[in-house]
Amino acid sequence: MSTDFDSSSFSGLEAKGGDKDLQEFLMAEKQKAQFNAQIHEFNDFCWEKCVDKPSNKLDSKTETCLSNCVDRFIDVSLLITNRFAQLLQKSGGM
Amino acid sequence: MDNLSSLTGAQKDELMDQVKQQIAVANAQELLTKMTEKCFKKCISKPGTSLDSSEQKCVAMCMDRYMDSWNLVSKAYSMRIQRERTHL
Repeated sequence: MSTDFDSSSFSGLEAKGGDKDLQEFLMAEKQKAQFNAQIHEFNDFCWEKCVDKPSNKLDSKTETCLSNCVDRFIDVSLLITNRFAQLLQKSGGM
Repeated sequence: MDNLSSLTGAQKDELMDQVKQQIAVANAQELLTKMTEKCFKKCISKPGTSLDSSEQKCVAMCMDRYMDSWNLVSKAYSMRIQRERTHL
């Protein structure tokens, strides 16, 4: 997939300007899609953690829980990544 | 791939529109799948011979709340990204 869009596929000088537009467009769309995919994933398990029986609206407690859930998940992810890197370093790397 | 470079401006616009549309469709499908799964789980405890009205009401409400939740999570995530950016 990635090789389909790298710059080597676009030869010729006059084409270069226009294809840059396309490349930038695709990069931006890819980023948006990744962002969306991440939200689907967060919403999936934060919904399980925070939402009880669905009612007329999300109460403020649930809303707080949802945004805390996102932030704490990212914290945990960072913490584990950092600690894992430290462990690797301590054991002399791989 | 070579003929990508011989696209006219209009063709390029069309291609971009198609890409955007396909992404939007995929996104909607993902949301639909997730909502069905989550709301079935929340609202139908014992599947009966039909969807009774209280189950239907629950599913409708659950859908709305799931989308509320999605938007809230999206806001929280983008705020976090912004915060991380300013900290760097």
